[in-house]
Amino acid sequence: MKTTIPKEELVSSGHLACQGCGATLAMRYTLKALGPNTIYTIPACCWSVIDGPFPYTSLAVPLYHTAFETAASMASGIKAGLTIRGKGDINVVAWAGDGGTADIGIQALSGMVERGDNVLYVCYDNEAYMNTGIQRSSSTPVGAWTTTTPPPHFKKELKKDLVAIMVAHRIPYTATGCIAYPEDWIKKVEKAISIVGPKFLQILATCPPGWKISSEISIEVARLAISTRKWPLYEVTDGKYKFTRMIKKFQPVSDYLKVQGRFRHLTEEEIDVIQLQAEENWAELCAKAGIENEFAAQLAEYTEKVKAHHPQWFKVEE
Amino acid sequence: MKKVITGNHAVSYAAKIARAEVVAAYPITPQTQVVEKISSFCADGEMEAIFIKVESEHSACAATIGASAAGARAFTATSSQGLALMHEMLHWAANARVPIVIANINRAMGPPWTIWTDQNDSLSQRDTGWMQIYCEGNQDVLDSVIQAFKISEQVSIPSMVVLDAFFLSHTSEPVDLPEQKLVDKFLPRYEAKWKLDIGNPHTFGGLTGPDRYYELRYNLQKDFIRSVKVIDKVQAEFKEMFGREYGRVEPFMADDAEVLLVVSGTIASTAKQAVLDARKAGFKLGSLKIRFFRPFPQDLVQKHLAGKKSVAVIDRNYSFGSEGIFYSEVKGAMFDQPHIPIYSYIAGLGGRDVAVKDILGIAELAKAGKCDNPTWWGVKL
Repeated sequence: MKTTIPKEELVSSGHLACQGCGATLAMRYTLKALGPNTIYTIPACCWSVIDGPFPYTSLAVPLYHTAFETAASMASGIKAGLTIRGKGDINVVAWAGDGGTADIGIQALSGMVERGDNVLYVCYDNEAYMNTGIQRSSSTPVGAWTTTTPPPHFKKELKKDLVAIMVAHRIPYTATGCIAYPEDWIKKVEKAISIVGPKFLQILATCPPGWKISSEISIEVARLAISTRKWPLYEVTDGKYKFTRMIKKFQPVSDYLKVQGRFRHLTEEEIDVIQLQAEENWAELCAKAGIENEFAAQLAEYTEKVKAHHPQWFKVEE
Repeated sequence: MKKVITGNHAVSYAAKIARAEVVAAYPITPQTQVVEKISSFCADGEMEAIFIKVESEHSACAATIGASAAGARAFTATSSQGLALMHEMLHWAANARVPIVIANINRAMGPPWTIWTDQNDSLSQRDTGWMQIYCEGNQDVLDSVIQAFKISEQVSIPSMVVLDAFFLSHTSEPVDLPEQKLVDKFLPRYEAKWKLDIGNPHTFGGLTGPDRYYELRYNLQKDFIRSVKVIDKVQAEFKEMFGREYGRVEPFMADDAEVLLVVSGTIASTAKQAVLDARKAGFKLGSLKIRFFRPFPQDLVQKHLAGKKSVAVIDRNYSFGSEGIFYSEVKGAMFDQPHIPIYSYIAGLGGRDVAVKDILGIAELAKAGKCDNPTWWGVKL
């Protein structure tokens, strides 16, 4: 089969990832797009471990491990150090998990983007603090079990919208990605690195132990995130939104939720709420992209449905 | 060339003539003039550096480490709460063995809000693995920053140059600005032993188990021991090139003194006047300034304290639940030496003035062997 994915491998085997780890695939594809003219900095996250124990490493590019909240500021410093020594053409990548990005590292990220530093920031989003043993982050989706959101106290708050936060910074380029769509992702990484200035990419990365799925369905679950519109694939270039994968056929979010142990406690009514949130998110993105929402009927239907029986934790405007 | 400048501007000029290539800093009173001056140096093209205007001190320290890891000479400056916010990254810098230099303006910690000097901010960072140099005057500040880069780069240990808020930071003194050519000779361009290099890719700071971590810390201490010789050598070279003499400690009329004051920072300068006044009145007083707090000059403390009738350690700091921090260190250094009485006096916390008469009062107490160990000098009860 012919693909546009570069053949070069800059992640070696023998790394310490779990079976079916989405974060590892994310790294592999990203480095294929970036090539060897690249330096990484990684804060505390799964990748602090996946990389391998000292003296081993699974990356063929230089890597600087750093403290949890410093991916962006460390990357800014590395870029400045290289630039002053005439090596400003080297790609500098801050590579962080969702906790390190949406929670503890957001201040440094905001600073780096506001300053306009020429850094590519990638958040591989496995939707919780997986490295510490599955605790909720602000990027954990509604309904999810984690060790700090045990049912019935499952996550009730909406997943933080990092891309919107980046757009609010007037970032030149930001996009979402998914490990099940490597060609889409590689195009985005290539586009990002061609732009001088700050870039932010967020890739949905399945986590078999954290999502309570078996490792062999890791890619299948990632595909369902796209086809159910739970995780839309789009990019924002100079403030202009564009879907990179349009979904035409209605597939309910329950198809995505029901294959994952982390959502197994949800009732049908609660799943309806999550369906409604997906519809609202999709409608909002369509409006931002300036296109017609082909799922307007679903949005209306679920708005009514949820109003009729809404679970206590979900507030509906009357 | 002599110029009348504040301690803060002495820091800025030092960063410039040491050719710091990346500066990442965040403003905090009383450090702001340091970064303002460096900003204008960069804007005027007088300084070939990238100034990253970060959003916090935590990021300032992180970016400084990153720049150093990429092979550049990197510098930052902060104070008090800012240094405390950096704490995590201070450990990171020392353990990563990057030779960065920080100027810290000693300011007391809140609450209540305060901007005046004491040493609890920098001494709280005692165990982070940094070298610490306490300055007495603005020339000392400028020279210490230049020396610090040279020492740090030779032993791969970061350095903190410490100066008192307002007493130095905002006080103008004539400072000799050495010629750039001479400084370039003294402090050549930084060539990192290990750096982020795409031609020779390495991973830095990866997960390390108990079988290897221990040795890394042993090596840091080994280099601290090695640093003593390096410091002495660098100071000798500095004297030869610039004519100014520095030591890890500075004794002042200490040899024949019966009572010896152990001091640091600007109190050391006031203590010299107290010594002169006491001598006029026939009281054989002397002083010993601790300039390098880390590595602690144990050998020199032992040498200069030997045979004294009485020693008074004046601490502008406190380790709560214990005692004055310099006092602990001095006592520790004298543990296996012939016994001499060492007394502890606390003074000047939160920027309270410590005048010549205060130091003379403390000296009289020490001479008479009067001390509550510690005595909180001048505390209003």
